Amino acid sequence: MVTVFGISLPALMGQLLIGLINGSFYAMLSLGLAVIFGMLRVINFAHGAQYMLGAFFAWFLLRYAGIGFWPALVLAPLGVALVGVVIEKVLLSRIYNLDHLYGLLLTFGLALVIEGLFRHWYGTSGQPYSIPSTFQGAFNLGFMILPKYRAFVIVASVVVCLATWLLIEKTKFGAYLRAATENPTLVQAFGVNVPRLLTLTYAIGAGLAGLAGVLAAPVYQVSPLMGQNIVIIVFAVVVIGGMGSIMGAVVTGYVLGLVEGLTKVFYPEASSTVIFVIMVLVLLVRPAGLFGKE
Amino acid sequence: MTEPLLQVKGLQAWYGESHVLHGVDLQVHRGETVTLLGRNGAGKTTTLKSIMGVLRKRQGEIRLNGKDLMGLPLHHIAYAGLGFVPEERGIFSGLSVHENLMLPPKVADGGFTLDEIYHLFPNLAERRNSQGTKLSGGEQQMLAIARILRTGANILLLDEPTEGLAPVIVQRIGDVIRALKAKGMTILLVEQNFRFARKVADRFYVMEDGHMIDTFSADELEGRMDSLNETLGL
Repeated sequence: MVTVFGISLPALMGQLLIGLINGSFYAMLSLGLAVIFGMLRVINFAHGAQYMLGAFFAWFLLRYAGIGFWPALVLAPLGVALVGVVIEKVLLSRIYNLDHLYGLLLTFGLALVIEGLFRHWYGTSGQPYSIPSTFQGAFNLGFMILPKYRAFVIVASVVVCLATWLLIEKTKFGAYLRAATENPTLVQAFGVNVPRLLTLTYAIGAGLAGLAGVLAAPVYQVSPLMGQNIVIIVFAVVVIGGMGSIMGAVVTGYVLGLVEGLTKVFYPEASSTVIFVIMVLVLLVRPAGLFGKE
Repeated sequence: MTEPLLQVKGLQAWYGESHVLHGVDLQVHRGETVTLLGRNGAGKTTTLKSIMGVLRKRQGEIRLNGKDLMGLPLHHIAYAGLGFVPEERGIFSGLSVHENLMLPPKVADGGFTLDEIYHLFPNLAERRNSQGTKLSGGEQQMLAIARILRTGANILLLDEPTEGLAPVIVQRIGDVIRALKAKGMTILLVEQNFRFARKVADRFYVMEDGHMIDTFSADELEGRMDSLNETLGL
């Protein structure tokens, strides 16, 4: 059997695949966080709860309306984006003039309330959500078995990240966003409705979290705790990539997923802490993050 | 005389608790270039920002084409026809020259076409794909003016367009302002550079400590030089 540094190739590739899957979720979630922070200067601690809401909305649609995975892939993120609109209009829009800490505390409180309610209603054991029939089974690549759904998740996350990048870099809406990140007052003085831009941005960020949640539902269980578990890692990813940097969030998300996967193979004891060790090192050497502006 | 295009009456403004404008009156007629003169801290930039609505804590009356601007949200004021070129130029570093140019939405028909703009500012055409803030100070000022010309705004608010620029660039900005005047554009200019302002303005207002203390036409300028020397420290 082929081995790499004493590890069998299928075992190594299996862990790399898990790393890439995790990295796909890190990238999508940190992308939403970066978009929200870049424009609203809000550190959105409710992002994990919005990811969890996406998974639960998909589960609700299936359980109570018989609506399957594909429609849910559109409807659940839209539902989470709508929740985002309400949160931004009712709460966040009142605190833009205050210190960033207030946004962090507000969204942290919101996350506790939302996750607490779902824990109260559904417990912590998690609900199953089956893989769509199109993606049942696996590809045999010779050196590893690649489950079809996991391959889909990786491709879908790349497409989502690419589409978001195109939206921000190549469209008029994206130009407004990038300009308003630098000087919102001047952009508004030009006649752009910046308050609406802020609402839309938060809704897009929340919708991205919701989309990641739907994609995660068949991989992990649909549980009120699923957001809590991932959001701390995603914050570390955003800090390493550079707060507000779209490119940084995406690249760092995938790379750190792979690093985490490799650590599981070579030094499993460190696999749950490796990202935070990297974060500390990056903060020491380059406080603005790898892709952030000094 | 015809109704002024821009009419400001009793304008007061505050930065936090600090009362900085104390009842400013001014009028700008269609096709005129009007300059606000005054020392640093006299309230010129504050007057411009208050008219534009960038400074929100303000009272009084501001009318453009007879339309009251006071109660409007900031993003509606541009659509009344005001185009703002801020003192710090406001070029966005995350956008290319072309993206900076195309950023402000069109607020009315009749703005300059892209061809006309690139004809008036050939440097911008050459550097259209460069990052906005990689331009020289003079080119950034041209870009800040050019992007408002595209929008169809019928009055330009220019805040210190010559600040920090080399004399040859100041001359170029002067040429641009004269070209805009020739096209019938209305301009309200804030300027510390008196030698520049006297060459382009049709009428002057003089400010001191948040008050408007004098107004006169370009023809009356010579007779005002003594008092201007005293007020502006020329």
